[in-house]
Amino acid sequence: MIRLTAALCLVSALLPWAAQADTLRATGDLGVVVERASGSLLVVDQSDRAAIGRVEGLGDLSHASVVFSPDERYAYVFGRDGGLSKVDILTQSLAARVLQSGNAIGGAISDDGRLVAVSNYEPGGVRVFDAATLDMVADIPTGSKTIGLVDAPGRRFVFTLWDAGETWIADFSGGEAATTPPAITRVEGIGRNPYDALITADGRRYIAGLFGEDGLTALDLWQQPPVPRRILAGYGRGEDPLPVYKMPHLEGWALAGERFVLPAVGRHEVLWIDSRSLKEVGRTKVHGQPVFAVARPDGQQVWVNFAHPLNDTVEVIDTPSGEVIHRLTPGPAVLHMEFTPRGHEVWVSVRDAGRIDIYDTRSFEKLGEVAAESPSGIFFTARAHRTGL
Amino acid sequence: MREALPLLLAFGLAAGPATAAELAPGRAAELERLVLQDCGSCHGLTLKGGLGSDLRPESLAGKPVETLTAIVLDGVPGTPMPPWRPLLSEEEARWIANYLLNGGVR
Repeated sequence: MIRLTAALCLVSALLPWAAQADTLRATGDLGVVVERASGSLLVVDQSDRAAIGRVEGLGDLSHASVVFSPDERYAYVFGRDGGLSKVDILTQSLAARVLQSGNAIGGAISDDGRLVAVSNYEPGGVRVFDAATLDMVADIPTGSKTIGLVDAPGRRFVFTLWDAGETWIADFSGGEAATTPPAITRVEGIGRNPYDALITADGRRYIAGLFGEDGLTALDLWQQPPVPRRILAGYGRGEDPLPVYKMPHLEGWALAGERFVLPAVGRHEVLWIDSRSLKEVGRTKVHGQPVFAVARPDGQQVWVNFAHPLNDTVEVIDTPSGEVIHRLTPGPAVLHMEFTPRGHEVWVSVRDAGRIDIYDTRSFEKLGEVAAESPSGIFFTARAHRTGL
Repeated sequence: MREALPLLLAFGLAAGPATAAELAPGRAAELERLVLQDCGSCHGLTLKGGLGSDLRPESLAGKPVETLTAIVLDGVPGTPMPPWRPLLSEEEARWIANYLLNGGVR
């Protein structure tokens, strides 16, 4: 956080609102950390490598995720208990909160920042809210648990049905969401038990990972309607898969150069896929069952964390060679990793040590620690400007 | 976790060789953390369910402890519930089954 100079103070003194420079703060280098056990959100400053506040009373935050308003001021927190909270990062207070379902699994914000969608396990389906007020503007029942909810360009949300193996595209571009129901496109034949999905940064490809069968399913959202295409069919879960103690996540997808990296299910491997042909182009053996495989923003490295009981370790893969070039053991239960927007540092949550570790991504030197209560997901405000995050 | 013993007896578990008292010191606390955090990944920190089913005592009422122990050890094929036998002993799985049936030991 770089403070404004005294010269600016003089200018601001002439303005009607007369804000003092030392009371102003921008949010571009801030972020939030989910403290899952205590139902709170820790507000952090990337530049200072420090916590600057805490917002409490957010309910059950196991598996909670966060998206940001376009102005990077508000964090929308999707809790496991169906709670949707709007947190003001600047005042570090709760701006609004609704308990919108019995059991939720994640959410997304539309490209124009006006709509927030939540995907539900109980009662299933997707509910859409006005981002300003959190009033519900649309209810999309699916009769199924919904997973892999992402925003897509053109005021659309894309999500997938765990039970039915379908992907739905809800298009809100037709008018005011409160009065104009979304146009729904249903794509069948996604596969058995899709567990998560990702959308590429250009908003074109939506890829769902399957738990119930070997492989993934890709949709080209530029097609009308998209036709499901099975990729990496039979990549190996059939050959003696291991018990899966934690489902991998695809939302931290990694486009490393011209290749995707995806965590394999039930295997100690990550899979490399050519981003154009969607064919497998290689594998890297890793320390355990991968949970997140996330590329450093420049794509030259991929950082991987692992499922219980091998979750004290992080491995760094060099993209050009596909080799593991470094292994870190931050501590018990590494749950998540978040890069600074230009990738020079990475924040790693170490849940059972009650802290976040900060590393230099080139020297791997540990630069700092931030105390946090059972930290899980780390979310930096730069996500506000990226499709699918 | 000694408080659990009267409850174990109440559940008629005297037949089993394993009781909570047989867990190594500190192990009960580790198992409780495992249930809340790692099981909680799918079942929710409050255990009211998610991708996994609702594990609160009122939802499990009437389920035999042996059935729950077996599910912990061997999973539920065809669902995401994995077998924990590679990581837990039978005694530990039974401790977890009782912990869930009793709503934890508060």
